[in-house]
Amino acid sequence: MSRYLASRAVQTAVTLALMSFVVYLLIGLMPGDPIDMMIAGDPNMRSEDAARLRAVYGLDKPLLERYAAWAWQALQGNFGYSRTFSQPVLAVLWPRLINTFVLAGLAFVVAVAIALPLGIWAASRPRSRVDYLINLLCFGGISTPPFWLALLLITLFSVKLGWLPAGGQADIRPDTPWLSGLGDRLRYLVLPTTTLVLVQVGGYTRFMRGAMIEVLRQDYIRTARAKGLPENRVRWGHAFGNALAPVLTILALSFGGLFSGALITETMFAWPGMGKAIYQAILDNDYNLALVGLLIATLATMVGNLLADLAYAWVDPRVSIEQSA
Amino acid sequence: MIRRILFVLLALTALTAPARAKDELVIGMTQSPGTWNPLISSMLAKSLISNMTARPVTAWNAESKLVCMTCTELPTVENGKARVIDLPDGKKNMEIDVELRDLRWGDGTPVTAKDVAFTLEVGRHPLSGVASSEGYRRIIKFDAKDDRRFTMTIDRVTFDYNSIGLQLLPAHIEKPIFDANPAEYRNKTAFDTNSTNPGLFFGPFRIVEVTPGSRIVLEQNPTWTGEKPHFKRIVVKIIENTAALEANLLSGNVDYVLGELGLSLDQVLAFEKRHKDKYNFIYKPALIYEHIDTMLDNKLLEDLRVRQAILMAIDRKAISEKLFEGKQPVADGPISQLDPMFTPDTRHYPYDAAQARRLLDEAGFKDIRSGVRHNAKGERLSIEIATSAGNRVRELVAQVIQSQLRQVGVDLRIKAEPMRVFSEALNRRQFTGLAMYAWVQSPQGVPRSTLHSKEIPSAENAWSGQNYPGYRSPAMDTALDAAERELDATKRRTLFADIQRIHAEDLPVLPLFFRVDPFVIPKQLKGVTPTGHLNSSTLWIEQWRWEN
Repeated sequence: MSRYLASRAVQTAVTLALMSFVVYLLIGLMPGDPIDMMIAGDPNMRSEDAARLRAVYGLDKPLLERYAAWAWQALQGNFGYSRTFSQPVLAVLWPRLINTFVLAGLAFVVAVAIALPLGIWAASRPRSRVDYLINLLCFGGISTPPFWLALLLITLFSVKLGWLPAGGQADIRPDTPWLSGLGDRLRYLVLPTTTLVLVQVGGYTRFMRGAMIEVLRQDYIRTARAKGLPENRVRWGHAFGNALAPVLTILALSFGGLFSGALITETMFAWPGMGKAIYQAILDNDYNLALVGLLIATLATMVGNLLADLAYAWVDPRVSIEQSA
Repeated sequence: MIRRILFVLLALTALTAPARAKDELVIGMTQSPGTWNPLISSMLAKSLISNMTARPVTAWNAESKLVCMTCTELPTVENGKARVIDLPDGKKNMEIDVELRDLRWGDGTPVTAKDVAFTLEVGRHPLSGVASSEGYRRIIKFDAKDDRRFTMTIDRVTFDYNSIGLQLLPAHIEKPIFDANPAEYRNKTAFDTNSTNPGLFFGPFRIVEVTPGSRIVLEQNPTWTGEKPHFKRIVVKIIENTAALEANLLSGNVDYVLGELGLSLDQVLAFEKRHKDKYNFIYKPALIYEHIDTMLDNKLLEDLRVRQAILMAIDRKAISEKLFEGKQPVADGPISQLDPMFTPDTRHYPYDAAQARRLLDEAGFKDIRSGVRHNAKGERLSIEIATSAGNRVRELVAQVIQSQLRQVGVDLRIKAEPMRVFSEALNRRQFTGLAMYAWVQSPQGVPRSTLHSKEIPSAENAWSGQNYPGYRSPAMDTALDAAERELDATKRRTLFADIQRIHAEDLPVLPLFFRVDPFVIPKQLKGVTPTGHLNSSTLWIEQWRWEN
């Protein structure tokens, strides 16, 4: 097991190094540089200012030289400063990473908690009215644009009913009681979480339903039923574990997405998360911030992949991690 | 199950419904400030908040009049506090005497001439990362008479000698950081490493909490010696999506949306129809000049008659009335009607499609095939207009212009690009025909950077300067140079009239509109005075109050 993990760690490190190079190159090749944007926003900037600033930010050097300098510093744990915020990139990204993880993590847990039973329920009554209804809701969720859903929820629960805040984060002061503070934090999470859940739950339910229907068609399930086992035992004891393997793979892969943010939901609900940070950094030519944000997203995806493999081996005894290594 | 969920929701609502006192104002805006250091960048979002925590030495007020903010008396040639000095080599420079008001940083340290000297030192240093250093470099000498009085020497005679927009840095906090390593100052400044340090602020408010990308909380600054603000606490929420911002305003999640950086004009026009009873609406004409640059290297646009025809074929008045309910005034040139330097005595280009057709005929584009004019060489009168994508109103204007030019036989191809791509095309002069965007101007500002021949971006000047059309006119250069140097307001007005007249005759840029800042102010909120220029309404935040 440890040999397998070590091998995967090496793979991850190599992939990250390659990704950092590719992303740095791509960002560097995009039109314009940060100084162009400063010039566009400040009519008082002179040619000397532009030349001076390009030298100050190292933008007068070739792209590969800039990458080499960044990579050398990164190897020593210094990922550079955000040009926009004048702060170390990790200091800028860390609170956003937490925010994204809280929002997307909560939505993920709720979506999975709803999707798995719903998928199993639909699979156990294929082509019934319940199945059709669940499918309809799933397709509704999948095909609803998040920005529209977000606006709908804001209009209903914030503007019309006034029950929940329309966006932002809770204003917790030092003298706010603990319970009230927690409640306030949760109130601000309800609408963005609901948006993400409604968008995600359809897909997960469809995966679970499909996997379960596939397993319920297998011979060993027919045998179990022929032996006279109760339907609940057949479904949960024999079918569920086997149906879970492909679904777990999908869920574990989705785990990576938790860290890269949900751009539209974060923007609509003014939730300062990773999606918004990376998007804005790319628009603002904030090289370091965009690069490290994208690398974190890559790392999370690779960790998600690893978790998927481990989970697969855990639910399916036929899969051997050592063999894979 | 549904009943249980509803119960939990209601319980949470009841548990935590925030009780906001009337002495707190929650403001919404669409942009998140980056660095808080006042010298390193000039983002509008930052200046809107920094205006509450500090003040420049002088500023333009809502009547576009220069006033003292941290000085005791505006230095002028007339009151003897500004002087022209003749130098032995025949050149001239200016000396300006300034006395600071009795001000204290939030930690009790007095604001002194040392802070001014330090601010100039940072502004001039080549490695400090200050964007535009011109204003600092032209101050060649600084003499502190005592803690509050100093004399600055400017290396030239210039009309804006007393427009001192310096945003002071606290030397007692920032100087040790700067002295340790000027090249690292932009990354180590206390404004970003310790943003809530009271010693960084001397305005009516100080920042007590920063949640990047989400919220900034300000509280009254106890050391502020000016007029006491009415609000004890200001919370600024960052909501980048304007539809969500509007919903926040309606739901009461925010009390007021900053007019300078909030809802779009079309949004406010629609909002006014639905909520006129709860809000006051002010459409403040701003010094934001919407225009179309013409690429003068383009053979088609090189011909003045073609440029004139294009402008006369665009019904700007109708566009303003249809799209902006007539709120955006049509521009005749780069100087706004609100500017004291504006002159009405220039050539006007009213909508006249017949005259536009005649001009195009004269320019040789007589042959109309498939609705598009061609000249004798068979060249199509087909021009590309580049603009920034994502600006809904601007894209709409481009479509209307396309349709109107089609009526006179001009084929206009719209190219909407992401801002960074569009900026690159402008800065490197890579747009091929027309480019539609806006300039933000300062009152009485000489449009040198956009019209002077030395300001044409090129590889030689590191692609700086904003004369993107590539306009060269010795008469314009002379007028611009003279206007900058002229101290007499009457003579300067004559020079500004020359600038506007030459611009209207040569038409290197097609003027469209001056934008308006739409302010949606709750009826209870009093004291908000839109200015329409860079010295925005928050500079007078202490006058804002809530009256039930």
